[in-house]
Amino acid sequence: MELAAKRFADTVALFPAGRIDHATADSFKAALAPHLAAVAAGRDRAVIDLAGVEYISSVGLRVLILASKQVKAQGGALAVADLQPVVREIFEISRFNLVLEVFPTLREALAKLSPAALAAFESA
Amino acid sequence: MRVRFWGTRGSIPVAMTSAEVQRKLVTALVAAAGRGLDTAGKARAFVENELEFSVSHTFGGNSSCVQLETDGPDYVLCDLGSGARAFGHSLLATRGPSGHRFHVFMSHLHWDHIMGFPFFMPAYLPGNHVTIYGCHDTLEEAFRRQNRAPSFPVDFSRMEARIEFVRLEPERSYDIAGLRVRAKLQHHGGDSYGYRLEQRGKVVVYSTDSEHKQDEPEAVKAFVEFFRDADLVIFDAQYSLADAVSVKEDWGHSSNVVGVEMCQLARARRLCLYHHEPIFDDERIARLLAETRRLEEITRGDHRVEVWAAYDGLEIAL
Repeated sequence: MELAAKRFADTVALFPAGRIDHATADSFKAALAPHLAAVAAGRDRAVIDLAGVEYISSVGLRVLILASKQVKAQGGALAVADLQPVVREIFEISRFNLVLEVFPTLREALAKLSPAALAAFESA
Repeated sequence: MRVRFWGTRGSIPVAMTSAEVQRKLVTALVAAAGRGLDTAGKARAFVENELEFSVSHTFGGNSSCVQLETDGPDYVLCDLGSGARAFGHSLLATRGPSGHRFHVFMSHLHWDHIMGFPFFMPAYLPGNHVTIYGCHDTLEEAFRRQNRAPSFPVDFSRMEARIEFVRLEPERSYDIAGLRVRAKLQHHGGDSYGYRLEQRGKVVVYSTDSEHKQDEPEAVKAFVEFFRDADLVIFDAQYSLADAVSVKEDWGHSSNVVGVEMCQLARARRLCLYHHEPIFDDERIARLLAETRRLEEITRGDHRVEVWAAYDGLEIAL
């Protein structure tokens, strides 16, 4: 899966696209890995912007929870943002909105994670 | 074939509290205000047609027990949780004390799935014949152990029905009580087994106490084939997906989300959410059902899966 990335100061924003399901979850996980490795206390933070994702299945959600667990273990921070309506409903029904940090927009996620990242976003 | 649910609650039987009964009454009375419900008939019609299910009914609290009414004379059950007590009493009241033949398929031997047997009155009456099938090598011991001191005052030997235990091999097909039956190993502490039961082109899958690991594609594929084209999949949906893959990972249960996905892949006709979380009240289970129906709708391709939530007393005609 193609995973566009954009840096805002100390925070990387990641932009998956399409469907994250049994056919694509493994490649999504592999594409996330190098970015997650860099997230740690006092270093990078990460936001996964899901605006381009039209559907996510249970196996895709599992990738997100594993990413969150990894980042927490490294002392870092991870959020997801900008969910399409269908994906937002899937998050709510699966209760993933209760176990992941979910924000309506990328800007709001950056504002929560890092003032420096928000400043970089505003000036971009 | 007709499927009748006698016990649908997971892990432990529960009962409605006084507070819950009162909440239902208050909601119903407020809804009925000014409606002129001055006869039992009018009141019944109002209750049946205008109140939400979670107000007018309850999902019930008995643990796992499901009856398959086939076109044969024998009684077929899956599991002997506390719902088996209600089944036994109903049978004795309507069909008499003896001459009955029972076939029971056991998913596993955890307490909530066997606890109804000491209270299953037909087992104490001569002239009845009970065959209990399962894949665990401790099948018979588990039943005998719970029916003796110090766990129970009446010893297993006091049961006067003819009682047999038959070990089945998973992945092998058997012809039992007019059904073609196949068991499948499931992921659950101490192992559990799902059953695919077929008769005259109708297929019921009983799959409770089963955790589905979505990162094991071969295992998922095998279960999808087990569910393939089923008329009804009775599915363990005790946890939310978020819980099932995080704090409750490896606790051996599954979620409504995975149930929908697997039934869609298998092109099953109906999904019945089962083994309800014991802390859930009726409103919570009703909400779970509404959400699951919505999930099925927004993720539907070219195949619709009808979604149900099991309750004690539910009957589904296939």
